[in-house]
Amino acid sequence: MTAPAFLTAAEKAIPQMPPVLAFGLRLAPAAPAEHLLTHMARSILAKHSGLLARLGPYRHCRFALSASDVPMSFCLDLGKDPLVITVHTNPPEADARITGKLAALIGLVHGVWDGDALFFSRDLTVEGDTSAALALRNAIDDAELDLGAEIAALTGPFSNPAARIISLAESLTGVPFTRSGAIR
Amino acid sequence: MMELVCPAGTPASLRAAVDAGAHSVYCGFADDTNARNFPGLNFSRAELAAGVAYAKARGSKVLVAINTFPEAGNEALWHRAVADAETAGAHAVILADLGLIAYAAEKHPGLRRHLSVQAAAANPDIINFYAETFDVKRVVLPRVLSVQEIAAINREIDTETEVFVFGGLCVMAEGRCSLSSFITGRSPNMNGVCSPASHVTYTEEGQELAAKLGGYTIHRASKGTPAPYPTLCKGCFKVGSRTGYVFEDPASLDASELLPALAKAGVTALKIEGRQRSRAYVAQVVRNFRAAVEALEEGRPVPAGMLAQLTEGQSATAGAYNKIWR
Repeated sequence: MTAPAFLTAAEKAIPQMPPVLAFGLRLAPAAPAEHLLTHMARSILAKHSGLLARLGPYRHCRFALSASDVPMSFCLDLGKDPLVITVHTNPPEADARITGKLAALIGLVHGVWDGDALFFSRDLTVEGDTSAALALRNAIDDAELDLGAEIAALTGPFSNPAARIISLAESLTGVPFTRSGAIR
Repeated sequence: MMELVCPAGTPASLRAAVDAGAHSVYCGFADDTNARNFPGLNFSRAELAAGVAYAKARGSKVLVAINTFPEAGNEALWHRAVADAETAGAHAVILADLGLIAYAAEKHPGLRRHLSVQAAAANPDIINFYAETFDVKRVVLPRVLSVQEIAAINREIDTETEVFVFGGLCVMAEGRCSLSSFITGRSPNMNGVCSPASHVTYTEEGQELAAKLGGYTIHRASKGTPAPYPTLCKGCFKVGSRTGYVFEDPASLDASELLPALAKAGVTALKIEGRQRSRAYVAQVVRNFRAAVEALEEGRPVPAGMLAQLTEGQSATAGAYNKIWR
């Protein structure tokens, strides 16, 4: 009998956003995406009150999350009450900015990759207030969020087919849109 | 089987560690009392109690690190932490300060005491002193000893020993290092922060990523090369005409290949560093080391060296365990 093989980080390489999907995201109008993401984020905060508590003194910061493989940045503005998410083609002004492949940013939320490991490998960069970025990373990691399930839930009576579409997109692209099988 | 002592910076990481096979999980409160006092990390009292319940229900233990040195006049914060750890049902507290150990022994005699690596106890005389005077049950050995030296210490003590086997590697005498204080005024020993994030900035300068600590550039990573933690001990400096790592290369500890030797040296527990890391790191490292200690217990070969991508500098070392300079 041989010992169980060690898992490697390389087994979970970060996928590039498929060109078709990247093209579609580039053309998509910002307003509906901003509406959907803002609604989702408010719903998440309502369910995960510990997230803001864990952010502590950074609970009113503006965070920019910039995709390096798609010309797209998201601004999570916690200074507004209730919070607002805006979508930009260029990185917006923010207290802290985290940049990486879109799949890496989504995978961090779902606990697929380790933030420090992505930083060591230069797959992730942090600019601005490092403390704020660290607090956000740790708060989100603790919240064990599932963005796929949250988006599916927003579709109300269509949540089951929406979940199946998200799951299919995950299988086809390798991008971890859900927290490992949580909505399958 | 050697006990696997695993890190948790958040309740989610604690659950990940337990689920991945941790025998014990260590964590701390969200204040100056523990040596990983980073933004967004650590436990409230209620979270600790819930974490202890989760671990106990699955046969794991929770150890609470209260391993900084109390500030004179503000000892109450550390005293309260010890009391609250006991109330939450912690299996043990991990302490470094002599006064706090004396306090815990006197006021909380039923609470098991471990000696933190921050106490830098590296010889049988001091370990026996802690055991005889304060009934310390376990000592976490500093990362400056070879396997042979650990074996020699174990022959002269009755206290359990715990050694680091994976993760960030302090190259200084732990609990005594003043490099972070020198630049930022804040230290792991008194404030629980080495290179506090509030003093760290990263900027892209041309093709290089410049890491600054307290306004001083301490490292430049050119495109495509790994980035280290922004600690002074892993900084890259110009000395005369040479540029290099003055204190130590940015590499992490990986002693997985030495597990058989550490078992033979009489080590009781194996510690994984990384309370500042994510639940993804915790789950992956714990799962792999649990497989390794089970393999060792059953006389099978120990798999090793497959976690390099999780390590600082993306390279690993056996550190002082394989000391070759003596």
